[in-house]
Amino acid sequence: MIFKKEHELVRKSIKDFCERELYSTDLAEKMDREGLDMPQEFLDKLAKYKFICPIVPREFSGAGADYVSYAIIMEELSRADASSGTYVTAGASLVALPLINFGTPEQKEKYLKPLAEGKKVGAFGLTEPGAGSDAGATATTAILDGDHYILNGRKCWITNAPFCDFAIVTAVTEKGKGAKGISTFIVEAGWEGFSRGAHEDKMGIRGTRTSDLIFENVKVPKENLLGKEGKGFVVMMNTLEAGRIGVAAQAVGVAQSALDEAIKYTKERVQFGKPLSAFQNTQFTIADMATKVEAARLLVYQAAQLKDNGESPAIASSMAKFYAAEVANEVAYKALQLHGGYGYVKDYRIERIYRDARILSIYEGTSQVQQIVIAGKLLK
Amino acid sequence: MKIIVCVKQVPDTTEVKIDKKTNTLIREGVPSILNPDDANALEQALAIKDSMEDVHITVVSMGPPQADVMLRECLAMGADDAVLVSDRAFGGSDTWATSNAIASAIRKIGEYDIIFAGRQAIDGDTAQVGPQISEKLDIPQITYVEGMEIIGDKVKVQRQLEDGYEIIEASMPILLTAVKELNEPRHMYIDKIFDAYKKEIPVFSINDVDITPEQVGLKASPTRVFRSFTPEVKGQGEILQGSEKEVAARLVSEFKNAHII
Repeated sequence: MIFKKEHELVRKSIKDFCERELYSTDLAEKMDREGLDMPQEFLDKLAKYKFICPIVPREFSGAGADYVSYAIIMEELSRADASSGTYVTAGASLVALPLINFGTPEQKEKYLKPLAEGKKVGAFGLTEPGAGSDAGATATTAILDGDHYILNGRKCWITNAPFCDFAIVTAVTEKGKGAKGISTFIVEAGWEGFSRGAHEDKMGIRGTRTSDLIFENVKVPKENLLGKEGKGFVVMMNTLEAGRIGVAAQAVGVAQSALDEAIKYTKERVQFGKPLSAFQNTQFTIADMATKVEAARLLVYQAAQLKDNGESPAIASSMAKFYAAEVANEVAYKALQLHGGYGYVKDYRIERIYRDARILSIYEGTSQVQQIVIAGKLLK
Repeated sequence: MKIIVCVKQVPDTTEVKIDKKTNTLIREGVPSILNPDDANALEQALAIKDSMEDVHITVVSMGPPQADVMLRECLAMGADDAVLVSDRAFGGSDTWATSNAIASAIRKIGEYDIIFAGRQAIDGDTAQVGPQISEKLDIPQITYVEGMEIIGDKVKVQRQLEDGYEIIEASMPILLTAVKELNEPRHMYIDKIFDAYKKEIPVFSINDVDITPEQVGLKASPTRVFRSFTPEVKGQGEILQGSEKEVAARLVSEFKNAHII
């Protein structure tokens, strides 16, 4: 992969940032082990340097950069700390993209701009207790009543929900029409009837905050309909198609971090009179891991480049997300195996990385859903 | 207000190893970085720009063409423009010859109120170029700046000393050298990275500035390096244990044996 000079500097910028703000502070470990909330000062810095809004146009305070830059930021940030990557991708693509692509000028001014500036946190509410990958089974309803829609329902597993200022939410506006009866809304957290569930005690990415969003007769003004009525499914699919480039890049970063740890440890650890790295089994394992990480990386940046060239990244982004997430899990497993017992205790970074990797093949479309998308495009 | 910041691209010494046979640095594969003290100097200029209207920052560096990327980095942090002083004729310059070249480049850039430089570069640790530039431009200098504010047309500076500090007030134009305690340098902004590559960075060769080949390069450099070496790794220390009296007695006796006292 040959990057432009600008992209090389984007990588240096986020790597330097991670070195100073994450590695040298041990922040990832503190959030994971001690339950420390992601510090506001850290979030403000992510916003200040525009790491949270690479693809938001400049007129709305974004960096006005491209998907390749976004992927670089996600890769390097997640390499240092997967939780920070999740925090960024939840806003940078899942909330920003529908606003960029379907928002009215007023909606962009009111929600996209403060999102890009880090003054407001957004959340993306698609998944429900009975509807995740099966978006057509959405049970949340929005009934038009004069100038407002009355929103009722519950969304679950929502990243950043415990402290979001607004959420992009899907709801059924016309029953019986399946996916064609779904619309998307921008719902402010301060409105009456908006509440949040308990924080989920997750296995990994423990630096992030996740909970349900609950809507009880929330009055949503008509102007907060995002995109056209009945087109909510299109808004969400369009968002996920490009958005998964971010998660795929995150998976590459997590995979790389596992590889980094394996290389470091096997060069230091001595058994039978020589470092583990001198054993052929280690060498073959490391070579296998590194090759797969690089292959995943190429898929990710190809999807990003396609998107930057104005082409549909649909198959490419699904392949990238599917493969990179699986590779992250495989590489994390092998890296931990190379650590032996030390990898099983929290003193070593690989223990956290192994748990963090597990979400990658689950959220933003499981590996199996990505396979459905890929096969669906190929076999239609 | 016009500010000029002098910066240098240096090998990242945390990654440098010494060739034990030749006693020279192994530079191969070592990443080049913006000299850390220079980053503090630039940060101070940027902080002034953040707090005042009409501040223009020009970054200047002498070095090979590869230094271009470091200057782009400075632009991505918020500097307005950059100049690279680069010519084969400048090769091999010591601090004296380097300050001749940079001072001439600054004369060509023209107006300035403050010139910032880092205290010293991590590859040579001389701390000479900044002060020499001020001498050659005939302006005052304050080194080891660990705090500063601008009051009207003057600067009020806190100057670091080994056992304390001095407060000095001086008029502008002035040259200040920054220490790391001055501030925490910012990172690059993603949007400014893309702007940085849209800007042209002029390269000043020896023909563009008011000095002659006799004033720069190896021949114009009075510095002679007699020997460079890696300090020997000292043996492990010994911890004396026992009561205070016993330890003190043993320590005195060890010192006597070693002819230290």
